[in-house]
Amino acid sequence: MDLIAALGSGLSAAIGPVAAAYAISALGLNLQFGYTGLLNFGHVAFMLMGAYGTAMTVEAGGSLWLGIVVGILAAVGLGLVLGLPTLRQRAEYLAITTIAAAEVLRLVVRSSWATEVTGGVFGLQGFADEFFALNPFTSSATYDLGPIAVTGRRLWVVVVGWTLVVVLTLVMRKVIQSPWGRLLRAIREDEDTARSVGKNVFARKLQALTLGGALGALAGALLAIEQQNVNPDSFRPEITFILYVVVILGGAGTIWGPVIGAITFQFLFFFVDTLMRDTQANVAWVGAVISAAGAAQVRFVLVGLGLVALLIFRPQGLLGSRKEAVVGA
Amino acid sequence: MRTRIGSVLGKTVFGLLALLTVTLAAAVAASAQGEEPGESIGGTLFQRIDGERVPVEGVVIVVSQDGTEIGSATSDAEGTWLVQLPGPGSYSVRLDESTLPEDVGLTDPDRTELPDINVTSGQDRQVIFQLGESALEQPGTFTRVAALFVVGLKLGAIIALCAIGLSLIFAVTGLVNFAHAELVTLGAVIAYLLHAAGPHWPLVAAAVPAVIAGAFLGWGQEKVLWKPLRRRRMGLLSMMVVSIGVGFALRFLILIFYGGRPRAYPDFAGQAATPILGIPVVPKQLVTIGVAVAVLGAVGLFLQKTQAGTALRAVRDDSALAESSGIDAQRVIALTWAMGGALAAMGGVFFGLTESVQWDMGFQLLLLMFAAVILGGIGTTYGTMAGAFIVGVAVEMSVLFVPSELKTAVGLVLLIIVLIFRPQGLLAVRERIS
Repeated sequence: MDLIAALGSGLSAAIGPVAAAYAISALGLNLQFGYTGLLNFGHVAFMLMGAYGTAMTVEAGGSLWLGIVVGILAAVGLGLVLGLPTLRQRAEYLAITTIAAAEVLRLVVRSSWATEVTGGVFGLQGFADEFFALNPFTSSATYDLGPIAVTGRRLWVVVVGWTLVVVLTLVMRKVIQSPWGRLLRAIREDEDTARSVGKNVFARKLQALTLGGALGALAGALLAIEQQNVNPDSFRPEITFILYVVVILGGAGTIWGPVIGAITFQFLFFFVDTLMRDTQANVAWVGAVISAAGAAQVRFVLVGLGLVALLIFRPQGLLGSRKEAVVGA
Repeated sequence: MRTRIGSVLGKTVFGLLALLTVTLAAAVAASAQGEEPGESIGGTLFQRIDGERVPVEGVVIVVSQDGTEIGSATSDAEGTWLVQLPGPGSYSVRLDESTLPEDVGLTDPDRTELPDINVTSGQDRQVIFQLGESALEQPGTFTRVAALFVVGLKLGAIIALCAIGLSLIFAVTGLVNFAHAELVTLGAVIAYLLHAAGPHWPLVAAAVPAVIAGAFLGWGQEKVLWKPLRRRRMGLLSMMVVSIGVGFALRFLILIFYGGRPRAYPDFAGQAATPILGIPVVPKQLVTIGVAVAVLGAVGLFLQKTQAGTALRAVRDDSALAESSGIDAQRVIALTWAMGGALAAMGGVFFGLTESVQWDMGFQLLLLMFAAVILGGIGTTYGTMAGAFIVGVAVEMSVLFVPSELKTAVGLVLLIIVLIFRPQGLLAVRERIS
């Protein structure tokens, strides 16, 4: 078994642009789910808004930066549309409404009706040149970062992505420690008590949902820019569930949980992937039980089992304290 | 106290492993037929005739990279084709139009060649060519509406079978079970393995063990997972997230061992439509509707007339009161899971019969099941049945107005509208609103 290769691929993914995007998106989900207790099962829809808002604005002749703003505003709009009618109802209703809305959006974006503006199943490509024009590194050169090497293009996205992560997390810490943030936690713990002391619970929930959605949109835009590509099938419901794993793994309701969760998750996800492919190709009995294509899916099975195991054995995640665990026993 | 928690945990872990073993055993049987390793591009060519998938055979598909032909394939009797690739990369896929049957054409004639199909490492990339009748004769409006209505009833019947368990399990335990989808898929897959892969039983015979396996899987997961979690007083919302994890793991296990390719049951494949009262109806649609209605009737009778059914309704309405009057609520819950699992598996077989058997078929149906449950009023049995038929008919008949790839979206929009304006469901049970 080639452990070194597996560690390398895990490490490279852990600091990669996707991990940064997951961290930003998870920051938003953590605000909704971790701090406020809202079950948003359609977080991927906010990411879709950010990604498509960016791509479609550029496609229509706008600038990339305007596109990112459009994407974030679209996500805020989506948050209002979904939140206004459902946040007064029971928690499961928000969950089902959001997951259904996310699927509707994905289906509409990929439909033949929308192909003119969204590119349908093929999506949109090559809209982020403005971002890479600012790249201070040489795009095609390779840079050595200790154990791993990255291209200048990737390094630029990594630097911007992780800078955003750190800044947003510090801002989030301020927000959470403010009276506004304390009220969110009070709502999570006992909505009726918060209401009985005259707090506007509904408005706070709506603010948490839309603010979290805006962060999701920013993450979606970052992913789209990195790949210079948006495609409806990158926004399947699985992404939302992966983000739940990220949040719970790091510690729901903790400041740095989403960041630690995203790094750990991406590391394990790619470590397992490389290890499985290697084992499948080189260990005879494993190769006999499982195909190469199957070996690539094992990590998704582990995502599911990991989610179950986390909730049962360590609902507070890596950083949380058991006493304040949002989920679990 | 410590040892008790420890033993509960142990049981849970053991149970999860046992559940996985069962799935793996079924799955290993499936893998015996072999998926080729490495990257490939494949797909299934079919056209929709009156809502049925009819495979299109003998069509040549050519895959090339940078203008060089990599390989070609001819669609088989099930309409499937597969081209092995030398490695990940970008490919273009062309459908040779001259090999299409006379009456079949591409719905979009410009899309004979799909450029820039990206295949990632290890991926079995599915490519879709949409085929349809080449604008020969459009049936009259009334006939089309009537035929779509029948197709809608069929979909409604399938949703009803699958959703009853979802609704009853919610009613007796409060759990919104996202893993219910995989009971549907497993039912269809087990029937496929017994029917087309292993012992080659007729589909009708293969469906029986599939339904029994569904009951066992439902009962089993209650015993090994949900009951211990309730004992640990895990919150309902956490349990909902657990069910997402369970569903996720099962879904991808099925993908690993069954593969990503949709397959049709050989029995009754490509059944022709026969006119009944002038409406073109495929016999298996009628059988699906007939059997489902009979089974749903039996479920209703069971709930109303038998002692076990009465106990179930008592637990649903007030489990504390039911227990204090001597009903063993845990047994009732286990029975509900077994029944829900069996019905879901049966629904899966019917879904596979009229569509195809695919690793994520249950998940595709799950949101429509939620729609049915919520439309009918969450937790009500007859409401769920009615909701299922409304959703089924609305989804299928919506193709009169929207492109068919959006018909599921129509069902989900219906779900969202009901959640917003009438959260207690159409058949209102007031005290269930919060």
